[in-house]
Amino acid sequence: MKVNVTVNGEAYERDVEPRTLLAYFLRESLGLTGTHVGCDTSHCGCCVVLLDGDRAVKSCNMFAVQADGHAITTVEGLEQAGKLHPLQQAFWDQHGLQCGYCTPGMLMTCVAFLKHNPKPSEAEIREGISGNLCRCTGYQNIVKAVQQAAGAETAEAVAS
Amino acid sequence: MFPAQFDYQRAHSIDEALSALASHGGDARVLAGGQSLIPAMRFRLARPAVLVDINPIDELAFLRESNGFLCVGACTRDYAIEVSPLIASRYPMIADTSVLVADPVVRQTGTVVGSLCHNDPAGDWPTTSLAARAQLVLRSKSGERTVSIDDFLVDSYTTAVKDGEMVTEVRFPTPDDRTRGSFYKMERKVGDFATASAAVRITLGADGKITGAGVAIGALGPKALRVGDAEKLLVGAKPSVDLIASAAREAEKTADPGADNRGSVTYKKAMAGVLVARALRTTFERLGVKGLA
Repeated sequence: MKVNVTVNGEAYERDVEPRTLLAYFLRESLGLTGTHVGCDTSHCGCCVVLLDGDRAVKSCNMFAVQADGHAITTVEGLEQAGKLHPLQQAFWDQHGLQCGYCTPGMLMTCVAFLKHNPKPSEAEIREGISGNLCRCTGYQNIVKAVQQAAGAETAEAVAS
Repeated sequence: MFPAQFDYQRAHSIDEALSALASHGGDARVLAGGQSLIPAMRFRLARPAVLVDINPIDELAFLRESNGFLCVGACTRDYAIEVSPLIASRYPMIADTSVLVADPVVRQTGTVVGSLCHNDPAGDWPTTSLAARAQLVLRSKSGERTVSIDDFLVDSYTTAVKDGEMVTEVRFPTPDDRTRGSFYKMERKVGDFATASAAVRITLGADGKITGAGVAIGALGPKALRVGDAEKLLVGAKPSVDLIASAAREAEKTADPGADNRGSVTYKKAMAGVLVARALRTTFERLGVKGLA
């Protein structure tokens, strides 16, 4: 079955079986291996991508054919013109990752989260990332990173 | 694991979906959020030959009050409920439920109607819908029918939806000024299925006596269960500590859980009582009844 999707701003057409999951489509058909597959059962959140810019979805829990006509953003799409996304920079600054396995999903979840809630409290951040597991249990610094990004994004918005 | 092979059909209108369902009968399943169906397919617990994807049907993504009901369309996501000012101000039991379903990412895709159609014994929406006395609107090529939630939830993972039919919306009666509710869920961690859950909806008369009661428990039997004996003893009584304790005992009696790694039968039955008591206390508080906390 034909699928036409825009991923990180680039249009792709591929022929896929309907049962192909979006996560595997991204990794194996498009070679975008930044999206990780963790638990493969929709619990861990490693595979989160954005659908049409603002909806976080677990891509192991959606078929590639469902993305037809939609725009997907993966972690590869966050960096713009050699400049890290404010959330990526904040994860760097705050040491918001250890092994890095959960990071792509964590970042994509947080991008959508901050779009919906630009000035979250710490409790709201912890609730917001509760569908993403970090088995290094580095939540402390992930929360700090989201706090930094929330401030940074607001500062940029004020400046522009 | 990957799901078994299936044929994928994208529906752009209700008529298209109904035609696809009519031509494939029991081999077809409706795909809405897919947050339960896709994992079930991956474990090969579900092997539909045809998936009819209703996500492109924009007219099914609605959330509105109409004729005394809150109407939630088959494509309305949990997240839309969670952030709705209308739900926050007028439907406290539904608001309580909306933030406890699965996890925040799953809620951006999962749907209320899909949860009801999946009818997981530990699902949250079946419990709340029972307490609310919700109705479901089912459509097929031959027409439309309305089914009460009690008749809709047949057994574990089984509903009253017939071959060729789909649920287009669920309707929750709009509470009047003297009606409030609440929902409680006990879970080991975020995103886990409930160990036990309870939903309560109470209408208080001007004389301080209860005139209407809905009490339901979840994850405590083959499906969400109505605690009819608690409802009977609540109606006509005045809120009191003893009344709450009596209703909680009825919930313990109604509960019919299985033992698993979330708890023993004895523990879960006890939690049925604890959660119903908590839900009643919160509901009475929301109704302005003092001194029961």
